[in-house]
Amino acid sequence: MRRRFRRVLIPVGLGAASVLVWLVVTATAGQAPAAGRFPPYKAPRLAGHADLNGVWQAFVTANWDLQDHEAQPGPQPEVMGAYGAGPAGQSVVEGGEIPYQPWALAKRKENFEKRMMVDVTDDKKWHDLGDPELKCYMPGVPRATYMPFPFQIVQGSGDYILIAYEFTSTTRVIRMNWKKEAPADAWMGWSRGRWESDTLVVDVTDLREQTWFDRAGDFHSDALHVVERYTPVSPYHLMYEATIEDPKVFTRPWKISFPLYRRMEEHIQLLEFKCVPFTEELLFGRLRKQPSRANR
Amino acid sequence: MSRRFASSIGAALVAAVVSFPAMAGQARKPPPKSAAWTVPHTPWGDPDLQGVWNDATSTPLARPDGVSDKPVLTDEEAAEFQRELAYGLTRDRRDGGAQADVNRAYNEHWMDARRLTVTKDHRTSLIVDPPDGKIPPLVPLSPERQQARAARAGAAARFAAGLPESHEELSLAVRCIIRTDSPPYLPTIYNNDFQIFQSPGYVAIAPEMIHSARIIPLDGRPHIRSTLRQWLGDSRGRWDGNTLVVETSNFRTDDGVIFQNADPATYRITERFTRVGAQTIHYEFTVEDPHTWTRPWTAMIPWTRIDPAEQMYEYGCHEDNFDIVHLLHGARIREKNGETVPKRNPER
Repeated sequence: MRRRFRRVLIPVGLGAASVLVWLVVTATAGQAPAAGRFPPYKAPRLAGHADLNGVWQAFVTANWDLQDHEAQPGPQPEVMGAYGAGPAGQSVVEGGEIPYQPWALAKRKENFEKRMMVDVTDDKKWHDLGDPELKCYMPGVPRATYMPFPFQIVQGSGDYILIAYEFTSTTRVIRMNWKKEAPADAWMGWSRGRWESDTLVVDVTDLREQTWFDRAGDFHSDALHVVERYTPVSPYHLMYEATIEDPKVFTRPWKISFPLYRRMEEHIQLLEFKCVPFTEELLFGRLRKQPSRANR
Repeated sequence: MSRRFASSIGAALVAAVVSFPAMAGQARKPPPKSAAWTVPHTPWGDPDLQGVWNDATSTPLARPDGVSDKPVLTDEEAAEFQRELAYGLTRDRRDGGAQADVNRAYNEHWMDARRLTVTKDHRTSLIVDPPDGKIPPLVPLSPERQQARAARAGAAARFAAGLPESHEELSLAVRCIIRTDSPPYLPTIYNNDFQIFQSPGYVAIAPEMIHSARIIPLDGRPHIRSTLRQWLGDSRGRWDGNTLVVETSNFRTDDGVIFQNADPATYRITERFTRVGAQTIHYEFTVEDPHTWTRPWTAMIPWTRIDPAEQMYEYGCHEDNFDIVHLLHGARIREKNGETVPKRNPER
């Protein structure tokens, strides 16, 4: 008897699946797709893998704050007016909140309060104060992905994929199927890639501990481990996910996700945002030669 | 050790060390062809240049006077040439007193061993054209450009004396803005590695020195408009047989920041990358600027493939640039102690 039912159930199951496919396809054809949902998509192939080549950009405001944030004035509105103001945005963190350990929450608050302060007079304290973005440091992972600048993926047939970011001309090499230890820590970490179906999974370790996640002071320790997932969901979108693990700072791993958009301008290319000259006066201006009394 | 070539080489080396990206050499030979080897291609049909390559050599950009009649040396002469060049580049030198000795010892720590070897073809200059291996004479410079050069020379003298007035007086290399990541690529003390990536329609070159990758479109698109300028310029590439030809213009207009103080408005560089064997790329560049040199000139530098296990590392230059604070802080202390910049010899 069981056997008989099974024979009936399989065709019914197949029928239901095809109805579902039909529903998805018709629901999305000829009308704006529901935000956050993409119809089934198979990316074009390059040397046997999904082709992720292109100039991409995130359009979230996570660089101001990964979590929910209201619009905010800039740090010196008396000088900057509305120029320095930050946009409002919804949290890109799954569940809304970053699971900080209590001490770390206090540290985050302190980071934010001192985000515009720098002190480079002592080598040992050089990195202690201020948002690394303010000082034009390479932003680390995952922050580089949601800086308000485009980045380009250069994927060929070899064992290495280049990701080049416009912000401070940062680059990072994804080493496919790399099994060995990282030889040194780095601002952009050490990235090992692998394919899971059409998803490029990048395991990132050995990140310098001094990078932040955003201007709100969200931070990590030297134990940071990030696993990124880049999944093509349309010719114009990659879905980006990053799982962030750092047992010294958080109570559990947590995840961010948002789409990346293909920049479609004809002849789009990364331009230069070499910001070192923009931060030198802040960092080194106090060491400028002072006019002598005789010349005053 | 004989000092046959020493005096002229010494002068060339001093110039090379002072103007950071300013070295290199010469002799155009047909690429060595091995019968068994053919240029590999990517799955989409482009010649395959992918890999990590190293361009270090001690062969100077311009031919030293001591060897002006010898574009190519015999094995024995080349060994001597190499010894003398290495002497000039390393801590083995003992002239100049204790301070100079300490500085050389510090630099030795960074020295890429490949930087101490001459090119395998035993040329005496990386420059292959003009045939004398020298950078062509300058055209008469406008008063503005002469003034700009004098201002930079003044800043360089203050830097050399340990008395820079501000970060703006330091070179782009010291400030970690541009080093040998801007074309033309020239060998220097360390970080002589370049990783080449390719995808359909692009070649990307990522130098280890700082981290600015040049992503070069091959689709025939026009340059960005002349109103938009960049430290690394704007590059467009195409294939000429198995050779990647890259033309770069649109350099930033701050005069003096680009190669050999050329005029950014008229400066152009054409680079040719030809894979001549499994382990070698011939990197040839031609620079032209009618506002600076009396004629275009060309150099060729062999790039050697390095062991894939020898990875390129991230070079976080600015992020840990403690040096710049030490330099400026030291300058302020020297000022307080009444130190001044030595008067420059008007002959130089």
